[in-house]
Amino acid sequence: MTTQSVLDRQSVIVLLLLAAAAILVPVLNVAVAPGSPFHLSDHLVPLLGKYICFALLALSVDLIWGFCGILSLGHGAFFALGGYAMGMYLMRQIGPRGVYADPVLPDFMVFLNWKELPWFWHGFDWFPFAALMVLLVPGLLAFVFGWFAFRSRVTGVYLSIITQAMTFALMLAFFRNDMGFGGNNGLTDFKDILGFPIQAASTRIVLFVLSVVALAGGYMLCRWVVNSKFGKVLVAVRDAESRARFLGYRVEHYKLAVFTLSAMLAGVAGALYVPQVGIINPSEFAPANSIEMVIWVAVGGRGTLAGPILGALLVNAGKTWFTGVLPEFWLFALGGLFVFVTLLMPRGILGAGKDLWIGASQRMKPRPRPETVSQAAE
Amino acid sequence: MTRLRSILQALVLLIGTMSAAMAGPYEDALPKLAADSYADTEAAIGLVAGSGHARAMNVVEALRDGRLMVAAGQVYIRDAAGQFVDVATGQAVEPPAGAKPVRVNNRVRRAVEAALGSMTLLSPEPGIRMDAARAVFRSRDAAALPTLERAIAEENDVGVREALESARAAILLNKPDASSSEKLAAIEILHARGDQDALALLSSLSPGTPAEVSDTAAKAADGIRSRLALWSGLQNVWYGISLGSVLLLAAIGLSITFGTMGVINMAHGEMVMIGAYTTFLVQEMIRTHAPGLFGASLFIALPLAFLVAGLIGILIERTVIRFLYGRPLETLLATWGISLILQQGVRTIFGPTNREVGTPAWMSGALELGGLSLTYNRIAIVVFAFAVFAALLLVLRYTSLGLYVRAVTQNRRMAGSMGIRTSRIDALAFGLGSGVAGIAGVALSQIDNVSPNLGQGYIIDSFMVVVFGGVGNLWGTLVGAMTLGIANKLLEPYAGAVLGKIVLLVAIILFIQRRPRGLFALKGRAVEA
Repeated sequence: MTTQSVLDRQSVIVLLLLAAAAILVPVLNVAVAPGSPFHLSDHLVPLLGKYICFALLALSVDLIWGFCGILSLGHGAFFALGGYAMGMYLMRQIGPRGVYADPVLPDFMVFLNWKELPWFWHGFDWFPFAALMVLLVPGLLAFVFGWFAFRSRVTGVYLSIITQAMTFALMLAFFRNDMGFGGNNGLTDFKDILGFPIQAASTRIVLFVLSVVALAGGYMLCRWVVNSKFGKVLVAVRDAESRARFLGYRVEHYKLAVFTLSAMLAGVAGALYVPQVGIINPSEFAPANSIEMVIWVAVGGRGTLAGPILGALLVNAGKTWFTGVLPEFWLFALGGLFVFVTLLMPRGILGAGKDLWIGASQRMKPRPRPETVSQAAE
Repeated sequence: MTRLRSILQALVLLIGTMSAAMAGPYEDALPKLAADSYADTEAAIGLVAGSGHARAMNVVEALRDGRLMVAAGQVYIRDAAGQFVDVATGQAVEPPAGAKPVRVNNRVRRAVEAALGSMTLLSPEPGIRMDAARAVFRSRDAAALPTLERAIAEENDVGVREALESARAAILLNKPDASSSEKLAAIEILHARGDQDALALLSSLSPGTPAEVSDTAAKAADGIRSRLALWSGLQNVWYGISLGSVLLLAAIGLSITFGTMGVINMAHGEMVMIGAYTTFLVQEMIRTHAPGLFGASLFIALPLAFLVAGLIGILIERTVIRFLYGRPLETLLATWGISLILQQGVRTIFGPTNREVGTPAWMSGALELGGLSLTYNRIAIVVFAFAVFAALLLVLRYTSLGLYVRAVTQNRRMAGSMGIRTSRIDALAFGLGSGVAGIAGVALSQIDNVSPNLGQGYIIDSFMVVVFGGVGNLWGTLVGAMTLGIANKLLEPYAGAVLGKIVLLVAIILFIQRRPRGLFALKGRAVEA
């Protein structure tokens, strides 16, 4: 197989669609009159921005699950850590405008009767530092965790379970007031970001566009990774880990590298998510959340890169619709989706669509085996 | 202050004796009560209590309850129905005009309590004597000492005598004019008693205590402290065993399905929940149709819960899981979906709130064992968990189903080659594991809230147990459950419940790095086990 261009047909379509979203959403929100049926109301912009962040998160899950066979049930932890790093920056920006008007300490610290800022809060008033932490903290955790796990060859369901234990432990830790992250209330009541008021419609538009840009960047990065020789080895590890090891590849190094990269992407998604929803609290660490992200990937089609984006958007739109109209049926629908997709649509919407297309156009050829190298790199 | 009080008392006593030369102390006390001044009242209490009069108890109790009334120099007791009784004659009388209760202040109240204590010390009922001895132990009123001595001399009951003696010791230790040898003997008794109260007494001696006495007291206090620490350590171990049994119950079914089929059943917790709801339904039926059977409700619920959860398990296996063999990660996701559906289903049928599951009478109460307090429901759960464990061990060891399950666990393809119908074994093993989860639900309904989220609370802990103990090995599950339970409870006093749990989770994550297949791993020669 020859190395393919990063800009293949699928990528072009994805990028065009994202560009259309980045242009259409602001136009429909700002330029179209509020009475028009095409007007996008103000509260929908952060909602769509939230979906875009989830899409980036799903992309990061797909990078390890779809291309390296690592099913992480703790990716919500990296997302939340990125979110907390951003939240800490936003907390410091509040300054004396908090309820207790303390120039340095956030409200919850004043409330807990703390006298000075804990050491790990220093530096977060400076945006570049916070932005660096958004990448470094999830990356470092993933690196340390993965270093231990992959070196001891913890694989399969065992790895899934201990990633779940990791996010559960972090959730318990962040619920504690003593941790210095606001306890179960989390971080909220943000005022502004880089000097722009966070509630303003214009800021929200910019944040949305930034999220789309980040998603497009993340997509291109993942595309570049999986198309590279490194990506081919990842797929080999996914399909036959022992053979890849016998061929002389240091499997654990590859896994560790892609796991860390994926955690950083998840952290970025979390950092973009927090200013748009206005709060970050420990429930983001809940194991159930992390499992839910996996289904976004499965619905869209694992191992396709475009699939998780589609899946995250569809499932979350469905969630919003269901919780608004039929709240008690949302869990039935979600549970049914888990069963349906794993049983009947193991390659997701994109995989099923591709099968149909190939089946129609090339009826003579045998169906390609699922999850093979050629399919993944297509 | 004390001196002033005793002088006053003596004075009052003197006047009292002079004015009513012929009458006993009970009669002497009445005019003092009628005078309704705090000092007189207090003196009167002492007289009444020491009089041994038949109505003495009633008078003091009435004073305590504010039912002792005074009108025109006469004292009356008003009973609960509002009837008045003349204290001097014991005759019921018409309510006198202008009767008002005898006033009490804190000092009078203390005197009343002490007087009641000393009067009840000589009661013919051992239970009353016991309570009285405890009251005196708390009040340490030196006035009770003579009565106490008499009570000790007359006491036949060993338990009451011990209580009386420790009460005397408490008084002597705080009595300024008691001799050193008396105090040393008192310390000896308190040391033997060895509880928090004794420790409090020994460590708060009055400043003027001789060095010899205070040194002995300090030593005795140290002894008690280390004994108490030992008991509280044992109590924590018991809590740990109790938690371990709960984990064992929740995890043992998971261990079977994980071991045989290598799949993680995320809906396992929901099987536990279904077992708990089965118990709820059984109890509802019994409440409406046969209330007399309530004590046996759990025994009726056990087989039903096993059947219901087991059948649901087999249904899940036949309709979903068997199509996913060889894809453990997908199985995990599909069973998670099933767990969401089951949770929401139960929520829709039974509502989101907690359901009340009653505890049969024989499971309430606690067993006191030395310094340990073991509640009967916890004992029942520990016993039950071990019984389930033993039963499963026997099933796996001595039945043909057990043989097949073990064979499939060890080597699926080889077992298949030997003619074992592996897919049927899978279904039965899944049913067995789910059924065990169901009966775990019956037990957990006794100690946890029966709500749709019941299973969620146990699922991560159960995974930890299975992963820690090693897959496909019941002994591993036992050791895993007990280790985690006890470690959790021993960490709690130092780190707090939440931090202890975090420490444990991190420890397990690190442990899995060392032994990726758990404590008791199946040995094999395959590259990928």
